[in-house]
Amino acid sequence: MNKTATIIKREFLSRIRKKSFLVMTILGPILMAAIIIIPVIVAQVSDSDYAVAIVDDSNFFYDRFQDTESTSFTPLQTSVDQAIDLMHDGRFDAVLHIPDVAFEAPSTLRLFSDKSINFNVKLLIENTLKHEFESLKLKAAGIDPEILRATETPINIQAFRIKDDGELITDYPEISMGLGFVGGFLIYIFIFLFGSQVLRGVLEEKTSRIVEIIVSSVKPFQLMMGKVIGVGLVGLTQFLIWVVLTFSIVAIFTLAAPDLFRFTPDEQVYISSTQILNAEEMRQQQEIIQQHDSLAGQLLEGLGAVNYPVMILSFIFFFLGGYLLYAAIFAAIGSAVDNEADTQQFMLPVTIPLILSLIMVNMVIQNPTGPVAFWMSMIPITSPVIMMARIPFGVPYSEVLLSAALLILGFIFTIWLSGRIYRTGILMYGKKVSYAELWKWIRHA
Amino acid sequence: MNTLLRAENITKEYANHRALSDVSIHVPEQSIFGLLGPNGAGKTTLIRIINQIIGPDKGVIYLGGEKLKPKHVQQIGYLPEERGLYKKMKVGEQAVYLAQLKGLKAADAKIILKKWFEKFDLMPWWNKKVEELSKGMAQKIQFIITVLHQPRLLIFDEPFSGFDPINVNLLKEEILKLRENGATIIFSTHNMGSVEELCDHIALINKSEKILEGTVNQIKKDHASRIYETELNNLKTPLHKLLDQRFSIIKEKTQNGLINARIKIVDNSSTNELLQTILPQAELISFREITPSMNDIFIKQVTGKFPIEQNSNGNNQ
Repeated sequence: MNKTATIIKREFLSRIRKKSFLVMTILGPILMAAIIIIPVIVAQVSDSDYAVAIVDDSNFFYDRFQDTESTSFTPLQTSVDQAIDLMHDGRFDAVLHIPDVAFEAPSTLRLFSDKSINFNVKLLIENTLKHEFESLKLKAAGIDPEILRATETPINIQAFRIKDDGELITDYPEISMGLGFVGGFLIYIFIFLFGSQVLRGVLEEKTSRIVEIIVSSVKPFQLMMGKVIGVGLVGLTQFLIWVVLTFSIVAIFTLAAPDLFRFTPDEQVYISSTQILNAEEMRQQQEIIQQHDSLAGQLLEGLGAVNYPVMILSFIFFFLGGYLLYAAIFAAIGSAVDNEADTQQFMLPVTIPLILSLIMVNMVIQNPTGPVAFWMSMIPITSPVIMMARIPFGVPYSEVLLSAALLILGFIFTIWLSGRIYRTGILMYGKKVSYAELWKWIRHA
Repeated sequence: MNTLLRAENITKEYANHRALSDVSIHVPEQSIFGLLGPNGAGKTTLIRIINQIIGPDKGVIYLGGEKLKPKHVQQIGYLPEERGLYKKMKVGEQAVYLAQLKGLKAADAKIILKKWFEKFDLMPWWNKKVEELSKGMAQKIQFIITVLHQPRLLIFDEPFSGFDPINVNLLKEEILKLRENGATIIFSTHNMGSVEELCDHIALINKSEKILEGTVNQIKKDHASRIYETELNNLKTPLHKLLDQRFSIIKEKTQNGLINARIKIVDNSSTNELLQTILPQAELISFREITPSMNDIFIKQVTGKFPIEQNSNGNNQ
């Protein structure tokens, strides 16, 4: 077998057999799937039946509270103290006290509970009272609340992007921004994670002094590239397992509990000012529900409209390109120093462009076609992170190809440069290396 | 005897200094060749060039008559001075891996390795991590890794440093066996004494230059001290009066009534002539030549003086 292949195999197998790889591989998708699934579940199951007793001294709002799926309201003709006693007996979870003066002085409203008050219930009560108070005040001012409500006009523009061939595609800038951020961030994490594994691997070979035995059998360049490629394959494997597992977990949940993902509209907190819902109000309610529905629907539609193959393929390319570029430099740093502490002086200038590109991701996803986004997605040291942040917005093929070509040239250059440092560095011990010294190695190697 | 390895006019310069200047050595087949010299003389650089770890600036190396090429790494086994193993990797797996890098197939490597592991009682350690091994065991494994691909040329750089005396003897025995089986061995060391008993050829390197090369016997003959230690009883005439200008007294002392002296033959006179001068005047107890050690020869090569001569008590005539 080819010796470089033997080295790649060892680097790959020794890492994927580690417990930490297994843990990361399993935990990663669970965490990612959890980010998607848990909020949905929490939103659905957190509201258990909650009983609220109402003591209304004004006798005006008793019947204005409507039971919801998870909250029931019971008017009581008792004193507050008696109601609280009943609550202590376990018949109610909370007691709402509306004093006589509540309308004039809303700050006198009180909600008691022997447990911590459920936030959603408090919100529901507040919203209900707010509407009631507003309606009463509007009436007192001689304005018909219905007229006011008729003037409310919900606006939700559908955005389209016209492609070069004239095709209209619905645009979801929020989703593109989210994906852009996640994509750029993942590239950053992956380059750092696996780049530093290369550095530590090279350092380990140097400090354990096995390197001289190995380079008497293979060329230093073969050893360096074997390690870089082997670790890169570990990263790629981990990424692909993550993608497959994340989609599987989400798919399993969607199949097992389809109701959770049907995006039912939020519970309506709208209570009509009058008890009888006339036709006009029914229509308005309906409209609001539809609007909610279409927002949730849009989100789902938007996520569905994402071009996952393009996202995944560009991630793989820009991860590999960026990784090769940085891993080669990390290998050179590992070869030049004697211990981990000495890596600092060389790590800083290398990591600055990476960190800078992560910081700029925020700006780039807000203006993905601006000059900053364009140039940073062309320069090889920043392009992997920045281009990945731009991809979800749709980048012209010519730009992607140019960026890709520059990235390939970039990593060929750093590999060449690092190879020269590496083959001198791995045999150099007990010498604090300066930049001037590195330059000598590059020139004389 | 055929020459296995020929290094011709090797020069290597680093950014700040010259490591080798115009060094040539000839290593005969099936010999044990000592590459001697003080620290920093350029031995390791020469060895790295032979191992193709670095390239020479000038000069050529031939192995078995062929110009050295990458394929030759299979025919060379190298135990570097600074040596180690992957600490977290299992012993057997690691040995197989390193053998594969030398060009062996994994299955073949395993068969050979098992023989060696059994010989050195290392089989129970096959699946242990290197960090669990004692230093002595790790060294045995490094030795096995060096020789298991049955190379024609073995290069040991300071092989005995860090080995305990028991392992040193084991190593020496194995090295002699390897030579019997046809291998050629290069020893590099700054400790001249340690390899004197093993080597039959040597080259001395000092300050990047080769200053001496040849068989140990020839070199010793060439550097014969011509100093003789003699013990005499009942000496009738003091030595300095007895001996003429053909001889010089390096050292003379009287112990328990016996005279103990080191006498150097200055011109071409034979030992018989020296004895003929002394014998009529004294009773001879003992007479032997002081042979220089490799260390003495090295110091003489570098400084121009034998240490054994410098030990004089000022009795020179």
